[in-house]
Amino acid sequence: MKQYEPVIGMEIHVELATQSKMFCGCPADHFEKKPNTQTCPVCLAMPGGLPVPNKKAIEWAIKLGLALECEIPLFSKFDRKNYFYPDLPKGYQISQYDKPLAVHGKIDTKLGMVRIHRVHLEEDTGKLLHTTVEGKKVTLIDFNRSGVPLVEIVTEPDIHSGDHAKLFLKKLHQIIRYLGISSADMEKGSMRLEPNISVKPVGSKDLPNYKVEVKNINSFNFVKKAIEYEVIRHIALLEQGKTPVQETRGWMEGKNETISQRLKEEANDYRYFPEPDIPPMRFSSEFIEDIRKQIPELPEKVKNRLMKMYDINKSVAEILTQEKELGEYFEKTVSLSQISPSIIANVLVNQSVNIQQVKPEELIDLINKKQQEKQVDAGVVATAIEAVIAANAKAIEDYKKGKTAVLMFLVGMVKRELKGKGDAEKIKVLLEGKIHG
Amino acid sequence: MKLNSLTLKKAISKLQHKEISLSELVEEAIKEKNKELHIYLTLNNEAVRQASSQTEKQLEGIPIAVKDNFLTKGLRSTASSNVLKDFIPPFDATVVMRLKQAGGVVIGKTNLDAWAHGSSTETSAFGSTKNPRNKEYLPGGSSGGSAAAVAADLCIAAIGSETAGSIRQPASWCGVVGLKPTYGRVSRAGIVAMASSTDSPGPIGKTVEDCATLLNLIAGRDIYDATTSPQPVPDFTKQIQKGVKGIRIGICYTDHEKLKGSDAAKAVSEAGKIFERLGANIELVPVSENLQKGHIFDPNYAVAAYTVVQRSEVSSNLAGYNGIRYDYGRAFFGDEAKRRIMLGTFTLSKGYSDRYYITAQKVRSLYINNYRELFGTYDLLIAPTSPGYAQKLGATKDNPMYGELEDILLEPSTISGLPGISVPCYRDPKTNLYIGLNIMANYWQEEKIISAAYAFEQATQWNSWK
Amino acid sequence: MQPKTQITSEMVSHIAKLANISITNDEKAALTAGFNETMKVVDILFSVDVKGVTPTSQVTGLENVYREDTIDRKRVFTQDEALANAPRKHNGYFVVDQILEDD
Repeated sequence: MKQYEPVIGMEIHVELATQSKMFCGCPADHFEKKPNTQTCPVCLAMPGGLPVPNKKAIEWAIKLGLALECEIPLFSKFDRKNYFYPDLPKGYQISQYDKPLAVHGKIDTKLGMVRIHRVHLEEDTGKLLHTTVEGKKVTLIDFNRSGVPLVEIVTEPDIHSGDHAKLFLKKLHQIIRYLGISSADMEKGSMRLEPNISVKPVGSKDLPNYKVEVKNINSFNFVKKAIEYEVIRHIALLEQGKTPVQETRGWMEGKNETISQRLKEEANDYRYFPEPDIPPMRFSSEFIEDIRKQIPELPEKVKNRLMKMYDINKSVAEILTQEKELGEYFEKTVSLSQISPSIIANVLVNQSVNIQQVKPEELIDLINKKQQEKQVDAGVVATAIEAVIAANAKAIEDYKKGKTAVLMFLVGMVKRELKGKGDAEKIKVLLEGKIHG
Repeated sequence: MKLNSLTLKKAISKLQHKEISLSELVEEAIKEKNKELHIYLTLNNEAVRQASSQTEKQLEGIPIAVKDNFLTKGLRSTASSNVLKDFIPPFDATVVMRLKQAGGVVIGKTNLDAWAHGSSTETSAFGSTKNPRNKEYLPGGSSGGSAAAVAADLCIAAIGSETAGSIRQPASWCGVVGLKPTYGRVSRAGIVAMASSTDSPGPIGKTVEDCATLLNLIAGRDIYDATTSPQPVPDFTKQIQKGVKGIRIGICYTDHEKLKGSDAAKAVSEAGKIFERLGANIELVPVSENLQKGHIFDPNYAVAAYTVVQRSEVSSNLAGYNGIRYDYGRAFFGDEAKRRIMLGTFTLSKGYSDRYYITAQKVRSLYINNYRELFGTYDLLIAPTSPGYAQKLGATKDNPMYGELEDILLEPSTISGLPGISVPCYRDPKTNLYIGLNIMANYWQEEKIISAAYAFEQATQWNSWK
Repeated sequence: MQPKTQITSEMVSHIAKLANISITNDEKAALTAGFNETMKVVDILFSVDVKGVTPTSQVTGLENVYREDTIDRKRVFTQDEALANAPRKHNGYFVVDQILEDD
């Protein structure tokens, strides 16, 4: 029986956290604002509304491209993508067609590299709300989101499994958060994903002759599930000698399956042409380098550096560098105290410290206090150990026979004697020493 | 005395000296021949009140007629289409804002070809405007209402817009002055977009100086229009009396087959002789089928290129009218709009875009190169604005390409973005219809065309041909 | 040199759909004829030698025109202004007949 392997590409849209919209001065933060209170002639597409591009959005898109190891062509422009939909007020979206801001990058993951085909800028549409008003089925439209800057990231079809997709997305998400350009929150919709899925016979050099796009996925876990569902579905069809229909499908969260959305009659003809209202962009290499300098140390690098500098292990370092703020907080705390980095790391990893509210100095105080509380006279410890050994002869026997788990029980007993004070690790070592003579 | 027959310059002076009052000026316009000529679609009932608060500013509350594709806050703006029949904009076009800041008052919104699609006002959803010089004839277009308002003395001065002739051609047909600035000189923000890459707002007035005065007030970079240039704005009236001594002028198109023996060709040749008497060097620039040094490229190809580019941009610019946010929806488009939207959709569509849209933009480059070469030799180029006189009412209806064909002599310069001014150069005493002289210069050289037009105006005293 | 395009009535139907414009059968016939008239004029484009010529989409020569990332309160509409001309509105929203799930 033929073996098949998945061939998956992803299209990701990220809302940039700029102050203002992509082509006008309306506020970009639209979360939970009253409908249609953040529009203007441009983003509401009134006659004569003309787009003027947001410099910061362009810089941030280039920044992302650089962080994804892309080439930044020195010439770029905007184009019109023409189609009709009620949430698209102009009847066209200003996007980028053949001269995007960034091309040919990559992200490495444990399960393999994923090449980035392109990164470009465009504007978001309004929001639709389907409901019933006075007994009639209607769709309500809010244009607060219309015109918000969106970065679109398109990968090559290098992803080969649901897990691989998840890993890739997590890395991408992390990089975006490190750059501080977006909240990239799937639930708020500031990060949206669409996998393009197909399968091909293992070993085949050709790309499959079809692909299925899946929409309506709002978590990394669901991406994995959707991919796995589709792969099974495609293989089943191929084994019947059929080719899966090239279409867009929607992920049905509750049912864990995809369903076909209304088949579009033919591939959309977007009639792209250069945006006549916006002069093109020509960047100097100095401009690009200035942006490159603004990129903070990225997660992979920070992780490796922390491991080396502070002698902490990989999984702890990974957690510490999950969010840029946590890693920075960790290093700040280390620099301000004498406490060993591994203790600080452990506290941050194992206890939920609210780093927004607890200043590094305060955390240092807390740790020191805890240490002190645990401080106890060596003689008192020795006495407690002897007392516990004396009172637990059977347990000692069991331990000597090989039941190593008993040791932790004994440590607990000693701590009880000491009323919680003392260092568990040290007590364990002392106990072992005492027991073995 | 007919107050609206004053030029802008005289009216400002008389107002300053309190010889006339604003309300007289405004009320006269409202009472007069508007119904008969069908010039204003909407009148500003607040005009007198607004004017009285503007007396300390440069324009002293002078009423200006504004083409109805310019958005005016609180005052209905329709682009002469049923789609926008009841649209009351919540903001002003930048040009309107600047006029108001200078003390101008919008007296009313003038008729145009719907969506500026045309050269006659016959595509207006609300009926054609009549040419004040002869009511059996058309005023031209698309700024037909604005040109007619000036010619009929229903305003002191007006504002229009040109995509390919829409200021100069109606100015020519109505026997008034129309100035199309360099593309990027005046902001398009708040104007119903037609062809984004050529739309140029500009003044229409009774004299060259009036147009130069208005241009001063509206020109200059606008933060709301990314295609406006940071090019410094001179005082366009300063050099107006410079004259044409030693200026090199090339005469174009009088040898074109379409104009052989026409009154337009004769009138422009005569104009050339006048410039010569005023001290300029005149030379015919022969038309050529191919791009050749010292020749002007046959304008027929510009018509083809312009038709494709304009209709492509139109198809996209009119895509937002979907009856959701402020309009009545696409079922209300007139026939001409439908034709243009659909043809433009076709020329951008898959499989045809390279062939039509890209080729048209390449041919456009050829015209730009042609002018670059010619303006290396000549300071100015002159030509007939229109191949002939105004046409009779009804003459242009239901012609699938009337607009673009009529503007054949203007499209090469508009697709290149060059400035030009049309000033009357001949009047037929039998019909009272006019021929217009189009004077063109290189980018940003409005001063040159203004001083040449002024010299011509002084020499011919065309304003006294009655 | 490319062969001249003949626009058929099927093409006109397709174009109308792309352009989101409804046309009647009578209009379709008139439009088809009109387009072919227009294309006769447009097709002269192909008798021009454009080898090696770059297309011009903007004549200004401007580049790098941006705005700073600041909020422009002056231009933001109030909810009332935004909805003032709306044919249908409800609780601050624009309203259309329900669109089938086609996101």
